[in-house]
Parts: sequence; C-alpha cells; structure tokens
Amino acid sequence: MNFVSLLYYKYRRFAKTMSIFALVLGPGIIVMVADNDAGGITTYAVTGAKFGYSFIWVELLLLPVAYVCQEMTVRLGAVTKRGHAEAIFDAFGSFWGWFSLSDLTLTDWLTTVTEFIGMTAALSIFNIPPPLTVLGAIILIMAMVMSGRYWTWEKIVLVFCVLNLIYIPAAFLVNPPVSAILREGVIPGFPYGLNNLVFFFLMANVGTTIAPWMIFFQQSAVVDKGLREKDIRWERVDTAVGSCFTIAVGVFIIILTGTLLRGVNIESAAEAAILLMPINKYVGTIMVIGLFDAGLLGAICISLTSSWAFGEVFGWAHSLNYKIGQAPWFFLFRLIILVTAGAVVLIPGAPLILITLFVQVIAVTLLPAALTFLVLLLNQEDLVGKYKNTRLQNIVASIIVGAIIILSTLYGVSALFPELFK
Amino acid sequence: MRNMLRVSIEKIREINRRYSNPRIKMSRGVRFALLMLRLYLIFLVLILAYKFATMTVLK
Repeated sequence: MNFVSLLYYKYRRFAKTMSIFALVLGPGIIVMVADNDAGGITTYAVTGAKFGYSFIWVELLLLPVAYVCQEMTVRLGAVTKRGHAEAIFDAFGSFWGWFSLSDLTLTDWLTTVTEFIGMTAALSIFNIPPPLTVLGAIILIMAMVMSGRYWTWEKIVLVFCVLNLIYIPAAFLVNPPVSAILREGVIPGFPYGLNNLVFFFLMANVGTTIAPWMIFFQQSAVVDKGLREKDIRWERVDTAVGSCFTIAVGVFIIILTGTLLRGVNIESAAEAAILLMPINKYVGTIMVIGLFDAGLLGAICISLTSSWAFGEVFGWAHSLNYKIGQAPWFFLFRLIILVTAGAVVLIPGAPLILITLFVQVIAVTLLPAALTFLVLLLNQEDLVGKYKNTRLQNIVASIIVGAIIILSTLYGVSALFPELFK
Repeated sequence: MRNMLRVSIEKIREINRRYSNPRIKMSRGVRFALLMLRLYLIFLVLILAYKFATMTVLK
C-alpha cells in the first residue's frame, strides 16, 4: 500500500471509530457535566474564594474516583438492561429497595431545589423575576421531551453540556498565576488547617463530584439509549471524557475565583458573578450564563433520575422514547418534582444559600449506601457475567466508600464538637 | 382521593410481593452490617440537619 493509500485508510478507520463513538457518547458526558450543577458551581466558586487554589489537588484526586463509580453503572446497565432502582429491588428485596428509593427521592428533590436557586439567582442579575425563571425553566425542560425520542433529547442536552464548559476560557481571561496554582494547588496539603469549615468544604466538593443520583441516572440512560454489552468499551470512553470535563470545569472555577476573589467572603456563585462584573465584565457574564446553564442541566437530569427510578419500580412506561401521552405517569411525576422544587425557591425568606451548600453534603453522606449496593450487584456473576468486578475494582470501590464514611464522620464530629478541631 | 390512596397502597403491596424473594441471599451478618451502615449515615444526616438548623437560626 503506498503512503497516500495508507493515510487514506487510517483516516477512514479513524472516521469510522469517531462515528461509532459519536453514536454511543451521551450518558457519560451528560451525567458528569450535569454533575457541575448550580450547587456545584456555587461550591467551586466559594471554595476558590475561601481557600484560593489549595483545593485543586482534591478535585484532581476525584477524577479517577468519579470515573470508577460511574463506570460500574455502565456495565450494570448495559448487561442487565435494567435501571438501578429495579436492580436493587430485584437483588435485595423490597425493604432495601424502598430505603434506596426514598434516599434517592429526597436527595434528588433537594438537589432540584438548588438548581432552581441557581437559575433564579443567575437571571435575577439580569433583572428577570424568579417566578418567570422558574416557569420558563419548567416549560423548557418539559418541551425537550415532546419529540418522544431519547436521541433528540440527548443531543439537546449535549448542547447545554458544551455551554457548561464556558468556565474554562473564562479562567484564562483572568491571567491566573500558573506558578502559584502549581505550588498551592497541585501539592496536597491543608494550608488553612483541619477544622469544621475545611471538612464541610471537602465534603461539599466530594459531593458535587459524585452523588447518588449519578449512579441511578447513568444506568437508566444507558438502558433508555439501548446500549448493549458491545458498547461498554465506548461508553467507558464517554464516561472518562465526561469525568475530565467535570473536573476541568471545577478546577477552572476554583482558579477563577481563587485569582480574583481570594479572601472575599462570598456565599454563592451569583454573588461571585456580581462582584466579578466590575472587575471583568466578560468573566462576570460568563459566570452568570454558566450558573444558569448548570442549574438547567441539573434540573433536566436529576428530575429525570427520580422519574426513571419510580417508573422502573412501579411498572409505568418510563422512557424518553415515549411521547407524553404514552407515558403519562412518568412525565407527570417529573413535572411534580420540578413544580414543587421551583415553588420552594419562591418562598420569601427561605435560606437558599445554606440549602445549596448543605444539599451537596447530604448527598455525599448518603453515597456510601448507594455505592455499597452497586458493588454488591457487580459481584454477582449470574447477573453480570464476565463484567463482574475484579478484585482491584472491589478494593478501589471499598477505599472510596471507606474514605467517604471517614470524611462524613469527621465532619459530623467537628459539627458537634468544633473545639476539637481548632 | 381515598380511592387514589387505596390504589397506591395496593400497588405498593404488589411491588412488595413481586420482590419478596431477593435474588441475592445475604447472610444475617451482611444484612445487619448494611442496616447499621444505613442507620449510621442517617444519623450523620441528622447531625447535618441540626447544623443547618442552628446556622439558619443564627442568621
């Protein structure tokens, strides 16, 4: 084969590989990028302002952790072709099933509240009243599913995912000091000590990277998209790419606020955006757009997670491949979650910022239970066959579960006895 | 309303019957450990709720 032919052959192979990947990609990128929801953006923004770059190493450490957790759901969904809720009921019985479902529903609903908090806070900066934001967001989210095709919905959400990456160029606009970032951010350490506040933000950062809803979402999305065992390889790539995106966005937001707002006492991403506007109009605007997009993405995905889970357990038609009339309970349940969560945001005097941060911490506290069931399921050879967890995967998952329990305990102790960690 | 409640309860009973025989047979020790883990995590969440409540009141 001459050189030109060889080049052409390699190009055709590459193009075919990319087209296969383009068909499969979706669940992994969506779940990871949606994980940088309004609460996540707030957590990163406040982390950067309070602690400078010193949490960057934590984010980098969470990249493989997020991948490991989510990759397990890919195998489980593609092999069993069932959602996570149904898998738990079937494997462990109704007692554990209801326990998991109620955990999921509570954290999902609370997290959806934080998404509306983010969206209303963002658009309030442009003087759009919160009731209009809530109504507009709900209409947009429900309109996206009118086509009755999972693929259409997925492509629309991927556009919002690309918009979520807007923080990456924004961080470059502020000319961050690279040497300081490397010195303070990459070398592990706790320059601000180990106290209640540091534990809280450690938990919040972990909780904003891995959360129980992600396990349920990706497994259900893999099933709804119709992925099979032969697609697992590509879905792993999709998940890895998504993990990189989610951590990159987190790191760059920390860099952004760590550079421009270090030492400034901010409590939310919206507050950060308002303070950034006079410093750099473009960066401030990016912060607002990104916050709204993050809230919208989170609301889209998290409301869907609960609907899928309930649909699987109650036996309703529960697929985005159905039109609203064909799966009325599925879409009605989702609408109820969105409306009730949106209504909380409109309550005068509600402590919205505190809710945003605490929900991240609650989610990560309940994560070990969800991960434990996931690992137990993936050790059943009769369920997943050759895609069973290896010993190494079990060890890594156990370490993750153990680390989160220890961190949660430390936070709990520091909350009850703050003088112990002064 | 009452009818809806009755239908929902019946549905939940049906789900409990459907999943009354779990595929994975856990030993008593494993079930106990899982239950303790769950209760412990709920206890931690209650501490969080307490912290949230005190911070809200203080504000």
